[in-house]
Amino acid sequence: MLSALDLVRDPELDEPITTLGFVASCHVSAAGDVVVRLRLPTYFCAPNFAFLMVADAYDVLAALPEVRTVDVTLEDHFAAAQINAGVAARAGFVAAFDGEAADELDELRRTFVSKAMLAGTDQVCRPLVATGTDPDALARLTLGDVPPSADLDRLRRRRAELGLRSDDGAALLVDPATGTPVAAAGVPQHLGFARLTRTGIEANTGICRGMLQHRYAGAGAGEEGPG
Amino acid sequence: MYEHNGEKYFVVDSHMHYWNAGPDNWVPGAEQYAKGWIECFHAYQSLAPKETHWPIEKFMSYTEDDLMKDVFSDGYVDVAVFQPTYLKEWYKEGFNTTEKNAGLGEKHPGMFVLNTRFDPRDGDAGLDELKANVERYGSKGVKLYTAEWNDGSRGYKLTDPAAYRYLEKAQEYGIKNVHVHKGPTIWPLDKDAFDVSDIDHAATDFPELNFIVEHVGLPRIEDFCFMATQEPNVYAGLSVVIGGLMAARPHFFGKVMGELLFWVGEDKMTFGSDYGIWEPKWQIEGFVDWEFPDLPEFADYPRLGVEGKKKILGLNAAKLYDLKVPDELQLRDAEPAAQDDAKLVTQ
Repeated sequence: MLSALDLVRDPELDEPITTLGFVASCHVSAAGDVVVRLRLPTYFCAPNFAFLMVADAYDVLAALPEVRTVDVTLEDHFAAAQINAGVAARAGFVAAFDGEAADELDELRRTFVSKAMLAGTDQVCRPLVATGTDPDALARLTLGDVPPSADLDRLRRRRAELGLRSDDGAALLVDPATGTPVAAAGVPQHLGFARLTRTGIEANTGICRGMLQHRYAGAGAGEEGPG
Repeated sequence: MYEHNGEKYFVVDSHMHYWNAGPDNWVPGAEQYAKGWIECFHAYQSLAPKETHWPIEKFMSYTEDDLMKDVFSDGYVDVAVFQPTYLKEWYKEGFNTTEKNAGLGEKHPGMFVLNTRFDPRDGDAGLDELKANVERYGSKGVKLYTAEWNDGSRGYKLTDPAAYRYLEKAQEYGIKNVHVHKGPTIWPLDKDAFDVSDIDHAATDFPELNFIVEHVGLPRIEDFCFMATQEPNVYAGLSVVIGGLMAARPHFFGKVMGELLFWVGEDKMTFGSDYGIWEPKWQIEGFVDWEFPDLPEFADYPRLGVEGKKKILGLNAAKLYDLKVPDELQLRDAEPAAQDDAKLVTQ
């Protein structure tokens, strides 16, 4: 169950809810009834992000062949009742927040995957720059030219999620919105944005971890130590 | 004034509060929000050094004596800028009102700048209230809380036509500085304040106003930086950046400061303690002592020296609010570079 939940990410932090400590508990009966309790760093965490995580957790668990029923509940959150009822009824975000929300969350999710892709670009390019690869060379590199690494695999997955090319022949540096390769003259600024985006995500993750540790004494199921 | 290693720093705490979030101020029927809100704030205090943590009872309703001691006697602050936040749907008299702040300001002349606030959803009555506050308290700044609940609405954007009308009037009444809370995401739904594009529009259309983005849009600092580089009248308010990261996550604090120095620059960053979430004392001491870690990943960020720290801790905000800075606390070489020097640098 936990490895299935590893697939559910905080959309903004781009990290699994398990390693973040958001899974308070996870139990499965012999008959295949799963009960998961989720928790977040604050009472007021944005309900749109919370909804995505609860709904995604429900989906990955329900897709497992050995699972009979799924009960995913968010605890200690001001909108918990609406979110839990909405996900349990398989209703969308707009229906769950009748009158308060105007849009479904696909665009929100895409925004954050774009940012995750930029942050991943920094992770992959930083070692290349450190060994002297200049902007002209970076602009010519393809994904297949980059030495294999977990960071590269992750970057390919984020690009695929955005509908961008992720095969060996695809350019390493591309615009996350259009997939257009970045020209050599634009490389320094592109890498600047990539570095900044990664910093933002990491700083945010640091704050969330700090708040969660203060709020709950015990580690969550599958939680990793402070990053 | 803070003195360290022979250097004297004029300190302006440009973002602080005097609130009452105790049960006596909770709106009947909305207690869970009033309580949940202040408990959430209290959790942020846990990111400060342990010895500065308060029990929740004190945190809900600290006293005038607490504030004067923590901010001025112990906290080195020369002038403090009040930033009101109302939240009247949950707190009967408001969480932190212009009036409550002014009560303290009037008792201690010269120590406080009394900013006020507005909410464009309040119609003509709100404009009258704004005008009255500016006239009575001499406010030159407003704090805007775009995510505030108001009669069924869960937030607004600066680009809303009503907000433009308010900005026009505010400017006419004498407001110069617009502090906008773009901070950690809390309650609004899809009106979540996750992008700062409304600031981008407003800053372009109101070039004579200064827009100080409080908490630099954290946790979405990248959106803020992309925007702030284009707008000469946009500033980075460092409350939460120093209080929330410097002690709890020093590595990320270095990176965030590096990015802000790279994209925004030391002339457009202002210190704010966010008191009573965090006390200014440890923030100022820590910031003056702070240096980038000696690691390659920090190598490409602009360095921050004593002059830059003086600007950030007080001189930049003093300029925004026309505060009188004693000569001995000014920068030694405050004269701008001559035109010829500038040419040499760029050639």
